[in-house]
Amino acid sequence: MSHFSPAIAFVFALLLFSPARADEPNLFGAESFTLDNGMEVVVIPDHRAPVITHMVWYRVGSADEDAGNTGIAHLLEHLMFKGTEKTPDGQFSYIVARNGGAENAFTSYDYTGYFQNVARDRLELVMELEADRMTGLNITVDDVETERDVVLEERRMRVDSDPGAILSEQLRATQYFSHPYGWPVIGWMHEVEALTRDEVLDFYRRHYAPNNAILVVAGDVTAEELRPLAERIYGGIAPAELDPRERPQEPPQLVARRLVYEDARAAQASLQMVYLAPTYATGPQETAYGLEVLAEVLSGSTTSRLYRHLVVEQQVAVSAGAWYSGDSLDQSRFGFWVVPAIGVTIEEAEAALRAEITELLENGVTPEEVARVKSRMEADLIYARDNVASIARWYGSWLAVGLTVEEVETWPGRIDDVTVDEVNAAAHEVLVPQTEVVGILLPVEADDAL
Amino acid sequence: MRSDLLRAAGAIVFLLLATLPVKAATGDIQILTTPSGIEVWLKEEPSIPIVAMEIAFRGGAALDPEGKVGLVNMLSGLLDEGAGELESQAFQDAMDEQSIRLSFDTGRDAFYGSLTTLSENLDSATELFRLALNEPRFDAEPVERIRGQIMVGLIRDAEDPHAQAWAAFSRKAFPDHVYGRPVDGTTETLEALTAGDFATFVDENLTRDRVVVSVVGDISAEATIAMVEKVLGGLPAQGAPLAIADTVAQSGEVTVVAMDVPQSVLVFGLPGLLRDDPDFYAAYVLNKALGGGGLNTRFFEEVRKARGLAYSASSSVYAFDHAGLWLGSAGTQNARAGETLDVIREILVDVSANGITEQELDDARDYLTGSYPLRLDSNQGIANMLLSIQLDELGVGYLDERNGFIDAVTAEDVQRVAARLLHADDLLVVVAGQPEGITPSAAVE
Repeated sequence: MSHFSPAIAFVFALLLFSPARADEPNLFGAESFTLDNGMEVVVIPDHRAPVITHMVWYRVGSADEDAGNTGIAHLLEHLMFKGTEKTPDGQFSYIVARNGGAENAFTSYDYTGYFQNVARDRLELVMELEADRMTGLNITVDDVETERDVVLEERRMRVDSDPGAILSEQLRATQYFSHPYGWPVIGWMHEVEALTRDEVLDFYRRHYAPNNAILVVAGDVTAEELRPLAERIYGGIAPAELDPRERPQEPPQLVARRLVYEDARAAQASLQMVYLAPTYATGPQETAYGLEVLAEVLSGSTTSRLYRHLVVEQQVAVSAGAWYSGDSLDQSRFGFWVVPAIGVTIEEAEAALRAEITELLENGVTPEEVARVKSRMEADLIYARDNVASIARWYGSWLAVGLTVEEVETWPGRIDDVTVDEVNAAAHEVLVPQTEVVGILLPVEADDAL
Repeated sequence: MRSDLLRAAGAIVFLLLATLPVKAATGDIQILTTPSGIEVWLKEEPSIPIVAMEIAFRGGAALDPEGKVGLVNMLSGLLDEGAGELESQAFQDAMDEQSIRLSFDTGRDAFYGSLTTLSENLDSATELFRLALNEPRFDAEPVERIRGQIMVGLIRDAEDPHAQAWAAFSRKAFPDHVYGRPVDGTTETLEALTAGDFATFVDENLTRDRVVVSVVGDISAEATIAMVEKVLGGLPAQGAPLAIADTVAQSGEVTVVAMDVPQSVLVFGLPGLLRDDPDFYAAYVLNKALGGGGLNTRFFEEVRKARGLAYSASSSVYAFDHAGLWLGSAGTQNARAGETLDVIREILVDVSANGITEQELDDARDYLTGSYPLRLDSNQGIANMLLSIQLDELGVGYLDERNGFIDAVTAEDVQRVAARLLHADDLLVVVAGQPEGITPSAAVE
């Protein structure tokens, strides 16, 4: 069974990025090369079934938007399905479906990605379609207005109907003073409502180009087979002049923040406690590796510290854990969550969580904990080989933030080299009161509401 | 513990999304029998050093005793919380030390167990799986902890318009049948459950005559037989005959669950077909054209693409063991909820009278057959598929035959089944939110 949590999405994100140690230097047998126009290509062979995952990642996300235009990267992702001169009127999805393909797209802070899962003999087809829409998007004002409404519904569904999501959005906006990581990927309602066709197309032309894209193909194909296809289909697209990827950076953060959100719709109290943290891309990487292991020690399984101490032994929580998202381009976050047990107040749950953090900072993690976590992460990496699409996502997301194929492939070895001292040093570096933001969600009695 | 109504039939859905060369073909599957007579379907896959064993006992949440709703679901959270000499934390430590993944889950019609292990740890993994099923402890600490987690889940569901809409729909569709009950139970029923209840249920229902098994991975036939015999051979040979009545989903009412949210969640449905109905595949193809997988469906075109009414509008076919259901859902801003429901009803009226176009039929068949291999691209996917085929008693030949069943569906078949099933006036509708333009015809209860 799964232990639900407000931060469950983060937990999944961690699972995805928790693969570990391998004896072979190149555990997944991946190969990579770069086309003459600057497009990077990664191939991850897996010949168990005659199917392929084809992904194109763009190094652009919501943190590359301009102030006041939040949500444009995500709206563009939706509009990429509307059509081109060659493949008009939503024919893209129609053709993929006719060929038995599954497809979708996603937008995050640092990247936007498009993928199709298809039978091996349909690879060339989806490559042609994807290459065509890299620079050939053709949309009307009407397309933009209708799709904007769809996105606003998506926002109402994902955020505005969910007290926990509302608090998380507000907490993030409080966490960052200057960096656009404080903006929601889906955009603020009033700013999305005002986005226009011209703005979207301008954003598209500035960011969608082969030298800003990564092709990841995983499945029943070899690099030898893919290279000539990639050169013919993607290689002819002219590179664009790209702006440097420089976002506003955070000033020193000197004061802890505390948000309490009461919502009549919230039936269960919960608490998040989040700190700013360096990433693999910002460095220092020793800290990032240390934080990765730390999050596993605290929260990787039901035998981990927070679950065992707070849920099993003290019985003050029904769920408790920690997460780290180390794969972003700029300064990211390390966080904790706790959901009090029935009959336990949020104050008691917070005190218990804080006692764990104090204990961690005073006495550190143990060699046994670190050894066990490494062994689990190593096994996770072997399990990950059963799902080659998850490995493709790992390569894509790392390359999209400027990390290299080599850095992905040395990750398991680097994790294995992490020492107890490095984990404890990372904890001391990151768990400082000045960057702490606490978010508390509280239910209110119906009579007090409104 | 997955989400409610969808569970039992989850297997079917993915089973049926599926012409192209399939790697896991019938000829790759070995059918083995253990000394105690348990049949196992094995697909050897030596390329990754892992082994997956999936089992399902017929039954599931439908077997919750009267007044003890939620028992089977809570049991799924307890079987890995201590067994044999190992108390909860010792059991969890034993799993964690060798990165053994063992979990249980329940559907409406089956109770599932899933084991994944590195092949080097096969012996320990087998022993833990055996202990969990044969000697579960149900100690007080884990029982109270898991009970608390499920209760907090219920409290959270109370704020979730999707959970509320689906729960109300189940109650309305099956008011006098076990399918109408909440799989997770209620606060009252959960509070009353005791360790003895779980032990009794295990003794009476986790029996060899009810189990189906699939194994995929880096393991030989001989080792498979030994593993399965060890895990399951000690279980009682027979349980009582399963006595759940067939039923038909109720129809016609419109219910509003008032919730203070900006978006209305619409859940709507009609009685559907059982898995062995001769028109099942026609209904499956029809559903694909209406609102099934992929982005080109009637619902997607009319609700999302043409009007921007909703982020998602989709439908599925559910074939439970004792009832068929066709179910759809959409989320739309409160002000446009009535308009959205009108559009959906218009589509049903049109398709019921006119069927779907030749093009839509071709598109649906091509999608369903073409996407089949995608379901079989991992060990886990193949193991789950083999389990579903056994639960539905389709025979191992199904892996090769399945796309032929889809391709054989004609326009006349679809027209006939559309006229038979799509009665727009009978649509059972539940809306959670503050919908405008929708008049309820029934109370929430």
